[in-house]
Amino acid sequence: MATFTLPKNSTIEKGQTFTAPAGSTNVRAFKIYRWDPDTEANPRTDTFELDLDKCGPMVLDALIQIKNDVDQTLTFRRSCREGICGSCAMNIDGLNTLACLKPIEDVKGEVRINPLPHMPVVKDLVPDLSQIYAQLRSIEPWLKSETPPPPDAERRQSKDERAKLDGMWECILCFCCSTACPSYWWNGDRYLGPAVLLQAYRWIADSRDEATGERLDNLEDPFRLYRCHTIMNCTRTCPKGLNPAEAIGKIKQLMVERQG
Amino acid sequence: MATPSLRSPLGRVRGLGSARSGTHHWWMQRVTSIALLPLTIWLVFALASLAGAGFSEAQVWVARPFNAVLLLAFLGAGFHHTAAGLQVVIEDYVKPDSRRIVVMLVVKGLCALLWLMASLAVLRIALR
Repeated sequence: MATFTLPKNSTIEKGQTFTAPAGSTNVRAFKIYRWDPDTEANPRTDTFELDLDKCGPMVLDALIQIKNDVDQTLTFRRSCREGICGSCAMNIDGLNTLACLKPIEDVKGEVRINPLPHMPVVKDLVPDLSQIYAQLRSIEPWLKSETPPPPDAERRQSKDERAKLDGMWECILCFCCSTACPSYWWNGDRYLGPAVLLQAYRWIADSRDEATGERLDNLEDPFRLYRCHTIMNCTRTCPKGLNPAEAIGKIKQLMVERQG
Repeated sequence: MATPSLRSPLGRVRGLGSARSGTHHWWMQRVTSIALLPLTIWLVFALASLAGAGFSEAQVWVARPFNAVLLLAFLGAGFHHTAAGLQVVIEDYVKPDSRRIVVMLVVKGLCALLWLMASLAVLRIALR
């Protein structure tokens, strides 16, 4: 059966508290999930108090400040700090989002930060994404065409055909949506999840691609596609404002359409 | 403890390939739910109009061809929809595969039997 409680060695314990430096005026507490694979210890929640007057505006700024000034062992992924690389996806204040796009001011009270839900944790806020990358690879997210491109020219699309890709090419594969989806939590081993299905539809909807039927064949499965129950967590959580649920709906529509 | 699998993530994800099915189940769940909308409204109003009626009056009502046909349609759509919905719940939550298959067969068998029993009851009254 689906497991609704954490195993004993995963229950989260109370961790250390690092108080704000003396003379701080605008103090905010950050409660951050910590887990170190090199020790036998359970995960814990550490509390870091920061002076917001001496910190950048985004949650990522706070994390970087903690790592620089308070605890160098705090581990998280980050790269572009402007919402285009998708590295700093994590659960902030109960919602999956990008730490670099999430203003601290938007959170009331203490800022709770956890890794993306229901993924294996490598360390602290770093989830293991190898399975979800393999799922992305499995839908073959590249142009498949037997017709060679015109000599010395690109493959052409009409404006309308190109417009169909809007709302999908913007996806940065941060996997906030897939890890917010209860169906993906319970059946992530077989269900592809909203992020990967959005990518699948991005290629299905591409007028230059000639493998639409083959792509639909590979998705037509009670688990790969039909675990989506239109829960809409994906759309609600997407830090880029995209709508994976709509893309999944369109895949289902095509499935019905091709049955004749 | 069993040794962890050394299969590559892509191999595991591709697994046994796609089932090439699921669309019919999903579509029929939608179709039956739409069919059940008017049928349920009709049944509720019909039953309300039968309030206070005795056994024989109810039998006469069921025996009318129009009512019998709609009742049979309601039972067909209703039990199909119930079975389809329970299938989704079972696929979501029941693991491992072996247990899921057994639970699925039991639940679908029960739905089929209940549908047959209810339909037989209507037919016996209607065809007397």
